[in-house]
Amino acid sequence: MSMKLNTRQVDGVTIVDCSGRITLGEGSVMMRDTVRDLLSKGNKKIILNLGEVNYIDSSGIGELVSAFTTTKNQGGELKLLHLTKKVHDLLQITKLYTVFDVKDDEAAAVKGFK
Amino acid sequence: MEQSVSYTLDSTLETVDHAEEKATRIATDLGFGEDEVMQISMAVREGAVNAVLHGNAYSPDKKVILSFEHTPEDLVITIRDQGKGIDLAQIPNPLAPENLLKTSGRGIFLMRSFMDVVEIRPSHTGTELKLIKHVHGQSVGGKEGSQ
Repeated sequence: MSMKLNTRQVDGVTIVDCSGRITLGEGSVMMRDTVRDLLSKGNKKIILNLGEVNYIDSSGIGELVSAFTTTKNQGGELKLLHLTKKVHDLLQITKLYTVFDVKDDEAAAVKGFK
Repeated sequence: MEQSVSYTLDSTLETVDHAEEKATRIATDLGFGEDEVMQISMAVREGAVNAVLHGNAYSPDKKVILSFEHTPEDLVITIRDQGKGIDLAQIPNPLAPENLLKTSGRGIFLMRSFMDVVEIRPSHTGTELKLIKHVHGQSVGGKEGSQ
């Protein structure tokens, strides 16, 4: 299954619902383009909802890191929401789980922005 | 699956997906559990990415050789590229604080996390990667043989 992204706005926060695979190639490029497009339009409060992401490889992990640092460098904030077990485990073994702001509750994640 | 099987693949992104699919199918057919199948397929995917991108650099003249061999004790996967080889000393530790936020460099680390043995043999004519997953519990011999 290829990757699909759907963007919606909730109380000034942009939520990107992701589904499928974030892997080298199309999936990573879509993620990169989407986040850069959001930032260029001034949307700097971003939540990546990964609840339907069933697979991610090292390139996908790199893309999440890139999204996080790019957003932060532009004065924004990016959170991850609803990690699947596979993604959760990968972020744990790569020691990135504590780097990202990971949330389980969408409403709380939206309220948590500064 | 036969005792061993080998594929010669182009240096394309499609090869990465095909390698992963073959690994998933073979590991499943050999009776590995769901988590182990995911680990094996991801390790093969990472190995194939390295062969296609970093080894052969997408060259249409260079091939990736992917082979699977199973014994009662192990599933042995070998991925060879025809690139210039890699300098293992130059591979940074992705868990070091200064590398945590780098956007690449986690492939070999993930392979080592998921497989029991990872051997990398670089040379000027290519790199050979060997990934080994030990059989735990029932012997590997195909679904038909499991109870």
